[in-house]
Amino acid sequence: MARKITYQQAINEALDQEMARDPRVIIMGEDNAGGAGAPGEEDAWGGVLGVTKGLFHKYPGRVLDTPISESGYVGAAVGAACNGLRPVAELMFVDFIGVCFDQIYNQAAKFRYMFGGKAETPVVIRAMYGAGFRAAAQHSQCLYNMFTHIPGLKVVVPSNPYDAKGLLIQAIRDNDPVIFLEHKVLYTMEGEVPEESYTVPFGEANVAREGDDVTIVAFGRMVNQALTAAAALQKQGIHCEVIDPRTTSPLDEDTILESVEKTGRLVIVDESTPRCSMASDIAGIVAQKAFGALKAPIEQVTAPHVPVPFSDALEDLYVPSPARIEAAVTRVKEYR
Amino acid sequence: MSAIHKLTMPKWGLSMQEGKVNGWLKEIGESIAVGEEIVEVESEKIAGAVEASVAGVLRRQIASAEDVLPVGGLLGIVADAEVPDADIDAAIADFLANFTPDTGDEEDAGPKPEKIEVGGRKLRYLKRGEGGEPMILIHGFGGDLNNWLFNHEALAADRTVYALDLPGHGESAKDVGDGSLASLAAAVVGFMDAVGLDAAHLVGHSMGGAVSMAVAQAAPARVRSLTLIASAALGDEINGAYIDGFVGANDRRALKPVLSQLFSDAGLVTRQLIDDMLKYKRLEGVDAALRTISDTLFEHGRQATRLAPVAAGLGKPVLVIWGENDQIIPVAHARAAGKDALVEVLTGQGHMVQMEAANEVNRLIARFLG
Repeated sequence: MARKITYQQAINEALDQEMARDPRVIIMGEDNAGGAGAPGEEDAWGGVLGVTKGLFHKYPGRVLDTPISESGYVGAAVGAACNGLRPVAELMFVDFIGVCFDQIYNQAAKFRYMFGGKAETPVVIRAMYGAGFRAAAQHSQCLYNMFTHIPGLKVVVPSNPYDAKGLLIQAIRDNDPVIFLEHKVLYTMEGEVPEESYTVPFGEANVAREGDDVTIVAFGRMVNQALTAAAALQKQGIHCEVIDPRTTSPLDEDTILESVEKTGRLVIVDESTPRCSMASDIAGIVAQKAFGALKAPIEQVTAPHVPVPFSDALEDLYVPSPARIEAAVTRVKEYR
Repeated sequence: MSAIHKLTMPKWGLSMQEGKVNGWLKEIGESIAVGEEIVEVESEKIAGAVEASVAGVLRRQIASAEDVLPVGGLLGIVADAEVPDADIDAAIADFLANFTPDTGDEEDAGPKPEKIEVGGRKLRYLKRGEGGEPMILIHGFGGDLNNWLFNHEALAADRTVYALDLPGHGESAKDVGDGSLASLAAAVVGFMDAVGLDAAHLVGHSMGGAVSMAVAQAAPARVRSLTLIASAALGDEINGAYIDGFVGANDRRALKPVLSQLFSDAGLVTRQLIDDMLKYKRLEGVDAALRTISDTLFEHGRQATRLAPVAAGLGKPVLVIWGENDQIIPVAHARAAGKDALVEVLTGQGHMVQMEAANEVNRLIARFLG
């Protein structure tokens, strides 16, 4: 598996291969045909960061460049999914969820339950998330925890190119609404990705690194921060196990609990703000189900409970860093 | 002047950049013969032993157990007993002053696999070595050319050696036709045509051994010799629970106990090995390919095709190698390849004998081919 491509190319390839495989797959979103939509500018770019580049002309009529109305096209995507298509709607920035949240949490997420299992809503909502782009409070949030809270939604946070492709293909083939969140800082990350189509199942954590001393559970971009910290800690003789749940809903509790049973020490790294977060959720699960195995208090390395700052210096301090993760690991390791 | 020989961290496979020292098998001051295993090391994919390429005395153990070294990093020193300590210390100081680990960024890090079109399907292969009578390494069911990680380079010391991914395997096309040995053998013959090989020494592991015999049956003139390692198609029995478990396993928990049956040391089934296998199994078309082959060849724990008479009647040299404790195909089948076959049973070894006892297997094949 020698070929390396970026996270962004992996997402493009997943969309491309699924559109080639299944004529029911369509794409809807702002600017995903490439800008103003005027002749000559079509497909010039392919979304704000070029993720859908090349698809507009390759699949005529199946890449719909929508008006700036999330409530309109997300609702249309949900309706189309109920009627037999498999739409992938792109929300650009997850921060814009507010204006179309009803379509997602009160409609798409509910249909299977309210119609006695007879309705399926195979829609995928793709969106960029996360800090690090100097884009300030309204374009930098990390909101996977909000979707995780809602039964009926599946929530995916890939941390690398291989997972991005396999999880997106799985998301498109899944018969339930899937929120697929792409960290914009990861778009340029390169990794080995098979040229062929493949799926990565939901609810199966990846053990990104094995170790016996401390378990680190991290999400999305934070997996890479955790791996950087773990490599540095290894040199100090502390062996971390880094677990990437890959999907927050469903959540692979077993892999987390098995690891904590082995290490007895847990650090959770979550780019979201700390209250009602994946960090607090996993801390709760482990405290309840693996209490006897714990040798130290659970540490949570998260953003502070404030909006993402506009100041570069403050934004850099806002995102959990490898240094903060190392410090947390050292605290739980040395706890007596 | 007696030479000072530096033992360094080996590079097993393209992706290996560092390895961990698992432990020394020899003490400082012990005499060492060529080919003896000195130190066990482990990459993220596999564990193995570094063996001596020269005779001498183990004078230094630079790395300790659990140390992680970059590829090429200094493990220890072998030298004759009369070499002064001062010379050895100078050699170590010189090495450490000049050693820079390979960052892995360089594009020319050894030969890379290529793909070639054979009968409308792309087959991946890796070529090593030059000249001599060519050899082809053929992996088993669910395997790929990386199954020869510890053999390929050694066997290519004095000949051209190709390792290929059979259809349905590795990075080759996933169309396996009817899944019969004849169709897999046709792909191998097609591969030989495509790379311009009139005849080759065939080395097959497990199902790859059966494929080798099927090539010999279909095109005997293309085969110079057969080396059958834990080969299929020499008897009736095969571990049906393993086959079904392997085909059916969809996650790490299901796959680990299945893969453990392949090795005599279950500790070799690392997370990376399991992850790599899952990545392969999740490729589009692999599940169908494996089911087609297993239904055709290994249904209900029985082998559908018996090719022992082909090996026995070929009139070419045949070497059979087996691990004594093979849990997949019984070692009793080793005697079925005819009275002229050279049979080597390795004590304590399992099904993946070419990986676990690579040095021994490499020596047996080299000696067999003269």
